[in-house]
Amino acid sequence: MIRVDEKGFYGKFGGAYIPEMLHPNIEELRDNYEAIVASEDFQKEFQMLLKDFVGRPTPLYFGSRLSEKYGAKIYLKREDLCHTGAHKVNNTIGQIILAKKLGKKRIIAETGAGQHGVATATVCALMGMDCTVYMGELDIQRQRPNVERMKILGAKVVPATSGSKTLKDATNEAMRQWINNPVDTHYIIGSVVGPHPYPEMVARFQSVISEEIKWQLKEKEGRENPDAVIACVGGGSNAAGAFYHYYNTPEVRLIAAEAAGLGVSSGKSAATTALGTPGILHGSKTLLMQTEDGQVVEPHSISAGLDYPGIGPVHAHLFDIGRGEFVAVEDEDAMKAGIELSRLEGIIPAIETAHALHALNMIEFRKDDVIVINLSGRGDKDLDTYIKWGNY
Amino acid sequence: MNRIHSLFKNKQERVLSIYFTAGFPKLEDTLSIMEAIQAGGADIIEIGVPYSDPIADGPTIQDSNQIALENGMSLKKLFQQLEGFRSKIELPVVLMGYLNPIIQYGMEAFCKKCQEVGIDGLILPDLPMQQYLDEFKSVFEQYGLVNTFLISPQTSEKRILEIDQNTDGFIYMVSSHSITGAKSGISEEQISYFKRVQEMGLKNPRLIGFGISDAETFSTASKYSHGAIIGSAFIKTVKDSKNLNQDIQAYLQSVLN
Repeated sequence: MIRVDEKGFYGKFGGAYIPEMLHPNIEELRDNYEAIVASEDFQKEFQMLLKDFVGRPTPLYFGSRLSEKYGAKIYLKREDLCHTGAHKVNNTIGQIILAKKLGKKRIIAETGAGQHGVATATVCALMGMDCTVYMGELDIQRQRPNVERMKILGAKVVPATSGSKTLKDATNEAMRQWINNPVDTHYIIGSVVGPHPYPEMVARFQSVISEEIKWQLKEKEGRENPDAVIACVGGGSNAAGAFYHYYNTPEVRLIAAEAAGLGVSSGKSAATTALGTPGILHGSKTLLMQTEDGQVVEPHSISAGLDYPGIGPVHAHLFDIGRGEFVAVEDEDAMKAGIELSRLEGIIPAIETAHALHALNMIEFRKDDVIVINLSGRGDKDLDTYIKWGNY
Repeated sequence: MNRIHSLFKNKQERVLSIYFTAGFPKLEDTLSIMEAIQAGGADIIEIGVPYSDPIADGPTIQDSNQIALENGMSLKKLFQQLEGFRSKIELPVVLMGYLNPIIQYGMEAFCKKCQEVGIDGLILPDLPMQQYLDEFKSVFEQYGLVNTFLISPQTSEKRILEIDQNTDGFIYMVSSHSITGAKSGISEEQISYFKRVQEMGLKNPRLIGFGISDAETFSTASKYSHGAIIGSAFIKTVKDSKNLNQDIQAYLQSVLN
């Protein structure tokens, strides 16, 4: 049975390794979130916003030309059609309602590519909450349009200037600011990482993805369970959402595409399960890219959203027990897969998502297998990267 | 007897603990900084083990961590440097570090090595109390290491009492809602928190840290506790020093007088 235990562990991974200064915040969240999320009040607002504001349910689209090319029945779960352009908003809607019910006045968040930052700035505007987003200085340069989107939405964007100046450092900075503002502030973590209860809480907010896949597939194929679900994994929030209701259905293969960067052994990679060992980062025990001395290694991926040296503890567990199949997709292959989807189906995917698409070339499947790919985000934000790559 | 216990047996006020980052400003400065701290009249030496992601630390200590790592500092290297330091240093010495590098070294091997070289206690800010009790308490005790927990203004009375029950060295009182080095001066609000904890009658001595930088803040903190811990302000002192021994002693004089 794959589920989080009382102490916040999935098998060997998870927990809450936090400084004492964060203990009251985490305890408040842990002791209250389940009851709040289960309440009728919360659910009513959450479901209404997912429907009318985000635009859910997102379609489950049969990609006929993609299917023809790969010889399988391939469905695309269209999270790219969510308001703000990616699945990230499912979680920020859930957490902002929760923050309001906890009486919080301010929101902080970290962001890598800026998708989670935009989704957070969006819900803060929606609820009239003060919003500060921490973003690596390097990512601010790489993802200018998203920085401006956050500002237009009224958020303050603060550069993280330490370390590699990317997602990991933005997360460090957000945690520090939470230590500095423990009472009135809620920290909206964007992935299934961080101390318990964050990984499970974020996964639950994202689980609407697999909940919809089930009934949509039933309508289209007469069955709830596909043969495989494929999703990309950085921290792993879209994968957790797409896998959630299939964790304990062993006949559904769960396939996770990590970023191999310039190649798994190139030294410029973010393939955490291939390169990582158990360690502690950002409050949980998980698989982690690190040196022999336990210093965290700087990852690399062409997609800022996968550029993270760890992985959510639930994914570390899926890997550990062999429930998940992990493939590592190189920058170049992901870019080609992005162009391929654009040409075959008229959808320009986010480069993160393109990693999941390339997995079709790396796994074995039977003819006419039903495969669902979680199309986690659209490629608008990545136009610059596509243009620089230029090979289309 | 553990040196931390002997210290607090003999001294209950104005105990001064000094934090520095191992490997900063230069890789091989560890021993000379320790000697200067001892000569300058401090009571406890706190050696920081550098880490790539120190989430409870402000910019000054973050920078010192990063430079120390660039200089080549590691736990292995630090233990090599600490080999035989007890011939020169009598003060209690505490290692402060984030959990990950220690877990990679191996908790038991780490504790054993600490005992071998003469370390008295540990401060591991991201080791939560429950995890300590479940996994590590017996190992710490086996190797004679005193574990120190942090408390903050947000820590509930109930939890402070639990923490007091589960340690026997000292309690590290974080002075405000903050990461290290964040604020200057001590506010009325902080003083009421110091008093509140003072009146709880805990069995362990309390040292106040974060935001302590000079004679004034040290004296104020000492009024409501057994003493204080200085980190960031000390790091700033060594950062630009041309003569470590002289500058460290001068700084400690300025704090203690």
